[in-house]
Amino acid sequence: MPAAYSFTDHAFDAVVIGAGGAGLRAASGMAGKGLSVAVVSKVYPTRSHTGAAQGGIGAALGNVDEDDWRWHMYDTVKGSDWLGDQDAIEFMCREAPSAVIELEHYGVPFSRTPGGRIFQRAFGGMTTHFGEKTARRTCAAADRTGHAILHTLYQQALKHGVSFFDEFFALDLIMDGEGACRGLVAWNLDDGSMHRFRAHVTVVATGGYGRVYFHTTAAHTSTGDGCAMALRAGLPLQDLEFVQFHPTGSYANGGLITEAARGEGGYLTNRDGERFMERYAPQAKDLAGRDVVSRAMTTEIREGRGCGPKGDHLLLHLEHLDAAMIHERLPGITESARLFAGVDLTKEPVPVVPTAHYSMGGIPANMSGEAIRPLADGGFAAVPGLMAIGEAACISVHGANRLGSNSLLDIIVFGRAAAARAAETVKPGSAVPDLPRGAGDFALDRFDSLRHAGGDIPVAALRVEMQTVMQEHCGVFRDGEGLKLAREKLRESWRKRARVRVGDKSMIWNSDLAEALELDNLMRLAIVTVDSAVRRTESRGAHAREDYPERDDENWLKHSLVWMKEDGSTEAGERPVRLKPLTAEAPPMPPAARKY
Amino acid sequence: MRSGMVEFFLPENSKIRRGKTVDAAKGARNARAFKIYRWSPDDGENPRLDTYVIDLDKCGPMVLDALHYIKQEIDSSLAFRRSCREGICGSCAMNIDGTNTLACTKRIDEIRGDVRIYPLPHLEVVKDLVPDIKPAVKQYAEIKPWLRNETPQPSDSERLQSPEERALLDGLYECIFCLCCSTSCPSYWWNGDRYLGPAVLLQACRWIMDSRDGALDERLDQLEDAFRLYRCHSILNCTRTCPKNLNPAKAIAEIRKLMVKRAL
Repeated sequence: MPAAYSFTDHAFDAVVIGAGGAGLRAASGMAGKGLSVAVVSKVYPTRSHTGAAQGGIGAALGNVDEDDWRWHMYDTVKGSDWLGDQDAIEFMCREAPSAVIELEHYGVPFSRTPGGRIFQRAFGGMTTHFGEKTARRTCAAADRTGHAILHTLYQQALKHGVSFFDEFFALDLIMDGEGACRGLVAWNLDDGSMHRFRAHVTVVATGGYGRVYFHTTAAHTSTGDGCAMALRAGLPLQDLEFVQFHPTGSYANGGLITEAARGEGGYLTNRDGERFMERYAPQAKDLAGRDVVSRAMTTEIREGRGCGPKGDHLLLHLEHLDAAMIHERLPGITESARLFAGVDLTKEPVPVVPTAHYSMGGIPANMSGEAIRPLADGGFAAVPGLMAIGEAACISVHGANRLGSNSLLDIIVFGRAAAARAAETVKPGSAVPDLPRGAGDFALDRFDSLRHAGGDIPVAALRVEMQTVMQEHCGVFRDGEGLKLAREKLRESWRKRARVRVGDKSMIWNSDLAEALELDNLMRLAIVTVDSAVRRTESRGAHAREDYPERDDENWLKHSLVWMKEDGSTEAGERPVRLKPLTAEAPPMPPAARKY
Repeated sequence: MRSGMVEFFLPENSKIRRGKTVDAAKGARNARAFKIYRWSPDDGENPRLDTYVIDLDKCGPMVLDALHYIKQEIDSSLAFRRSCREGICGSCAMNIDGTNTLACTKRIDEIRGDVRIYPLPHLEVVKDLVPDIKPAVKQYAEIKPWLRNETPQPSDSERLQSPEERALLDGLYECIFCLCCSTSCPSYWWNGDRYLGPAVLLQACRWIMDSRDGALDERLDQLEDAFRLYRCHSILNCTRTCPKNLNPAKAIAEIRKLMVKRAL
């Protein structure tokens, strides 16, 4: 370990990395069961990206229309293009109503029906009676549902006495010789000190890595830190090739414009004023799966029917809807359209374009939130001491394409499940074993070498280089040629890491160095994403290969795994898709053609 | 310590010196100077105001875009918080052109002349535009900002709340806790250790107004204090500055009305 640093040590029953919805739900649940819990987050909890979720959280409450968790499950399986694990999907959809009711009991300010129940709205891919009619299933607090949930969960965590380590930047997991996770190393931005947290359970809840793309709805801080830590710990990631492009990213700034806009009656048009979705999804139209709508939009743009002088976007219309309704249910996007696009959406359409939004892949985990890895005998086992939840994890309930309003659901259901599992396995207050000798040195070495990186390439320049490659070659449509080119270019960027320059050598709130650490994480994620995309020679869900346009169940009805080494090389593995539901109460849902 | 004496001048080590000037927009038609407060905890120097002249044609329309441009192209050591870049996370609250607001939603073209950027006022500075918000976060926790109700909740359904009852939370639940309001408030500047400030009081009001909450009396008891609540002198800087167009002053007035009502 470099002599310039010393560790402050902490011991907790559980330590959670990340203070978004998943991390906070897990942390408050664990603390509520008597465990001592630390939450380590590089931003203040209410700054987490869960707060940007708008439209709502899916649950078959049936407050507005008749509903059934089996229909929700069917929609999710179909939305996943049958890559989702059906036992986990059944679990999520069955748990959804009670998990959402619980949020209401915590005080989430949901919008209400005239009868005082939780308001529910229509969302893409959500139907009743196994695809027959549009469902109103998405529980909403206007179009600020993520904000409302995030703040409420933070409050619950405060209530239960969770210890917060705000603006602590997690550097790496601490793994022992037996392959168990024993805690993590974090850097306190506020005073520049280094910390080791040891715990019975370490939970990765660090969110997605949208910032590998140049245009993304994701926050600047969505840099895949936890997924990259898992890679460095020698663990695989799963299904990384599946990246969701949200159909309605704002053309002005890449910000999210909720699917609720279409759920409440909005629609898309091309330069001819045509409601083109009718051609691509005759039944669901603008409320087809996100991958379907994003492909349709990209096709319209490519075939010369895009809008604007460059023909590079489409228009989202809400101006035909009742302004009072918009004011009540969509105030957030009304405001952001005005601010960023200069558009009054009650009067004129908003320019939109498919924008990188969500990673279906992540750290493979089971339904209890335990991270898993393959064994030599071909089976899979939990990684002792390590959990992964939320967008950082791949459980896999979203398969090849996530349905809107299933991500808030995912974080709540599996945050809760992780808390229950930790409470089962950890005795509150039991002694946390000492760390092995030299624990954390690896993290400090990496930190120190980046801190003193004195090359000739600014962090921002290398980041833009990587983002441009991803934007050009790993978008809504991909093909082998472009992906292989991206693979080469990313390797070139990876080699350039040795030439990075970090100008600021200080320890307190050194955001130049923080961004260098984030870039190191992002580049790993970009590499494993592209390599996984090269390998999967079929089209499924969000992974649309123009050179392999069909879904290939014979060869590819399986999860992909990917490992990465420090030299930038990757290794591939696979994991079977669990096509069998959890119980006999769920009808069988064998792979079928996916039409909307 | 001269207790009771008002200090009208900044302590010597807080006086802001003139810093460096970097002109990165030579020959540009759309050049603009950004004067930015810089302070490093590491070198023992006074704070300074650095000037960066940049070409606005090369960056996006918001002040945050300019800060990113400066950090990426000119000085990577410039420290500021940011995350969502769409006005929902509250990270990039700072004092811009004399007003506390979010850098990500503040348009550069709304500002005339040089763009002056300081950290949120009257908080300890950690570095550059990053203030220490820990005291306010602690005050937030002190009001126990969670639903408190001894009545058992229905086991398998939500608590009912009419749309009218729910509407009472509008204008309150949207708060992103950016602290623009509290740090614009002279009462909070003077008595920030004891006065809760508009941000925390608005959060208190959010629970007081919630028909599902059952702790109205305890909440009012806690606030009934010459400092915690009553240091608000209706100056209304909070409402004027809120980047989410909320009205903390009204929230505070609502709490005071309830105090009066229950005293009668």
